[in-house]
Amino acid sequence: MFLKINKDHQRFRQIVKGKIRDDLRKFLTRGELIGKEGKHLISIPVRGIDLPHFRYGDNNDGGVGAGDAQVGDPVDSGDGDAGPGGTQPGSHIMEVEVTLDELADILGEELKLPRIKPKGQHTITAEKDRYSGIRTSGPESLRHFKRTFRAALRRQLIAGTYDPKNPIIVPVRSDRRYRSWKTVLKPQSNAVILYMMDVSGSMGDEQKELVRLEAFWIDAWLRRNYEGIESRYIVHDVRAAEVNRQTFFTIREDGGTKISSAFKLAKSVIDTHYNPAEWNVYMFHFSDGDNSSESDSRECCRLLKETMLPQINLFGYCQVASAYGSGNFINVIHEHLDSEENVITSRVNTKDDIYDSLKAFFTAGR
Amino acid sequence: MSLPSLRPDLARYAREIADIARAAGLDFFETRFEMVDFDTMQEIAAYGGFPQRYPHWRFGMEYEKLRKQHVYGLGKIYEMVINNDPCYAYLVNDNSTVDQKLVMAHVYAHCDFFKNNYWFSKTNRKMMDEMANHATRIRRHIDRYGSDRVERFIDTCVSIDNLIDPHAPFMQRTPPREEERRGVSPEREVEQDIVRYKSKPYLESWINPPAETSKQREALLAERERKKHKLPPQPMRDVLQFFMENAPLEDWEADILSMIREEAYYYAPQGQTKIMNEGWATFWHSRLMTTRILQDDEIITYADHHSGTVHMPPGQLNPYKIGVELFRDIEDRWNKGRFGKEYDECKSMEEKRKWDKKLGLGMEKVFEVRRIYNDVTFIDEFLTPEFVDRFRMYHYRFDPSTRRMVVVNRDFDKIKAQMLFMLTNHAQPYLYVLDGNYANRGELYLGHKHHGVDLDIKYAVETLKNVQRLWRRPVHLQALINDEMVLFSYDGEQSQQQKLHGDMPPPAHAV
Repeated sequence: MFLKINKDHQRFRQIVKGKIRDDLRKFLTRGELIGKEGKHLISIPVRGIDLPHFRYGDNNDGGVGAGDAQVGDPVDSGDGDAGPGGTQPGSHIMEVEVTLDELADILGEELKLPRIKPKGQHTITAEKDRYSGIRTSGPESLRHFKRTFRAALRRQLIAGTYDPKNPIIVPVRSDRRYRSWKTVLKPQSNAVILYMMDVSGSMGDEQKELVRLEAFWIDAWLRRNYEGIESRYIVHDVRAAEVNRQTFFTIREDGGTKISSAFKLAKSVIDTHYNPAEWNVYMFHFSDGDNSSESDSRECCRLLKETMLPQINLFGYCQVASAYGSGNFINVIHEHLDSEENVITSRVNTKDDIYDSLKAFFTAGR
Repeated sequence: MSLPSLRPDLARYAREIADIARAAGLDFFETRFEMVDFDTMQEIAAYGGFPQRYPHWRFGMEYEKLRKQHVYGLGKIYEMVINNDPCYAYLVNDNSTVDQKLVMAHVYAHCDFFKNNYWFSKTNRKMMDEMANHATRIRRHIDRYGSDRVERFIDTCVSIDNLIDPHAPFMQRTPPREEERRGVSPEREVEQDIVRYKSKPYLESWINPPAETSKQREALLAERERKKHKLPPQPMRDVLQFFMENAPLEDWEADILSMIREEAYYYAPQGQTKIMNEGWATFWHSRLMTTRILQDDEIITYADHHSGTVHMPPGQLNPYKIGVELFRDIEDRWNKGRFGKEYDECKSMEEKRKWDKKLGLGMEKVFEVRRIYNDVTFIDEFLTPEFVDRFRMYHYRFDPSTRRMVVVNRDFDKIKAQMLFMLTNHAQPYLYVLDGNYANRGELYLGHKHHGVDLDIKYAVETLKNVQRLWRRPVHLQALINDEMVLFSYDGEQSQQQKLHGDMPPPAHAV
């Protein structure tokens, strides 16, 4: 259906995607990309463009709420913006609870899928069911209790058989409501993602938080779009070790940095488990760019160029800002590997940069 | 836009409910209901309630938000009503009949509020036409000057559209011009301002020495002379108006700015009466629905939706809930005579609890309240310690040690002060034009009046750039940040901020 507003909407989408009006990009609001990880529920604010206004700073004033809280209790959703007001009807602060899958979809509106090639034995698409509707017939295991109850209550009220003093609700056949599903197709392929992270002394908690967020989103985005993706995690200081996901995100170590150690281990992991003829390989390396020696940096580039790049789909290097360190590794990569098509680098200094970094990794559709 | 006419049964309900509402004392403009599908409803809501607006991406942004809200099942728009004569209200076509009835009752109360509340009395009641005219005018500018240029200019204007003076329509801010002040010459006026002590005629020249009076006279005249050349003559809150009169704008720019200003003034009373307006509408829909309108089989759906409307999650204030409960509280207090000196000074809690003078003034009082109050005066007057206690309200603040918002106390005075602060100027900072010719260099000098909370620096710096885009000469903003007076400046290329010190030329006025 055609609506006048579609034109405005289109224009807004184009600004968000960065196609027009670059001057507005800096007012894009994206807030926290990740809310909570548990139970796959994540709260995100919807994207918008916040034209600057003269306004009060945050965190100075409080607000007023109501409920059974004790003095000292945190107010969960309290973000200092609870003041009523605003002149536009229907403009609310939107904290949306969506599932991780939906969130990846939202993210995906602006990202391009990597072009994972069909390799190995597996089929490229797989069917998957999603529960999204309600109907009046179906298997008992899918009965929607609340809807059924409501329908029964309603019927009894209308029929006059509902007794408030003895509120027994007896659903009959026609009251029953069942969840129904839709079948969707999902591309499936053999792909492995190798995450490598520098955990030397110079990587602080803040840097790790950035890496964690970035890796989380890469993971969420790829898993959303492809079935059967494997992830491997490697941490390194002067030596590299393969760890599990949990450790990868929580570990803190000390010591110097030798990036080539990680690349060597990555190579051996690929060689033993993931034959490039059968697998699409994606490598992401996170570091503050402070390698112990120039010669090691050069060694890394040589390793990449000669043995790994020809076999893998993408090598993404993401450098976080660090208070220490020279951060020179990214320059070395630029110097030696500029001509390679499947190398992408990005810098992440604050949380706001994560989104742009993701875009850098996933625009070309590699 | 052509809309399908109302279903006959709904048209009948609309007439019946209008009669019921009128019988209950509500007084509203003629109200026209239009049936739309949810997509159109979202479009209209994104346009701020109007079917016609000028093209701008921010309506598209609003539309996307509303759509996502709808898609993720976070809520949908049930009603939309415009302050206009006749009032226009929209019904969503896939709502159940009960919902439509509820919306109708709600809408009639809103219309009554628009028509009778004093703060709406100066709004344009033909805004529907006006908005369509604005759309046409802006489209014409787009045809002539290009959409990119016009859009950028609208962005700039929207960025400062909160710099208006919501009280201005009700009063004369600037004194009338010299020639309009009939009869009194400036010299005569000055004579009245000279300090003279009472004296017998023969002592006059000793008690009020002529040298002293003439010195005063000269000083006063000189002061008046200086003031005459001050721009603006006094600190001015309506920055948009100041720009229209004084900024070097092209005709089409001035035209757009005037439209955006007009729309800002139109929406201002809605921001000033959010709690009251929604409270009033909820008060009446619940009363009319439960006593006159509902059929037996509709009660569950009604109760379900009504409770959703007034649900108040912890840590937030729902204007519907606070508003409706305050109106009910007022009705109850004035019915029972729980007000005035005698009641306030009564010390016995037991006696207060049983207090009932059977005055029956409740209905009369709520109608009076809806006529003359706005949110600030409403809360100031009718929020009582008993009410705060009954709804277990609390005051929360940012706690630096845990970096979270935490409950600080349940102290009535604090809660009330905080609520009033949030409502005053609908939580927007007060800014004034202090000088339109700062340091005699044609630069603009704005000042923030500090009420306990600093401006957001990042936003201030960016907004100042937009101010400069309109003023074209360098602009300055004086603001108290962390207890220090800071001057933010932007000259079109560089932003800078510095502490205010004595060597700087002072602006024409101080805040």
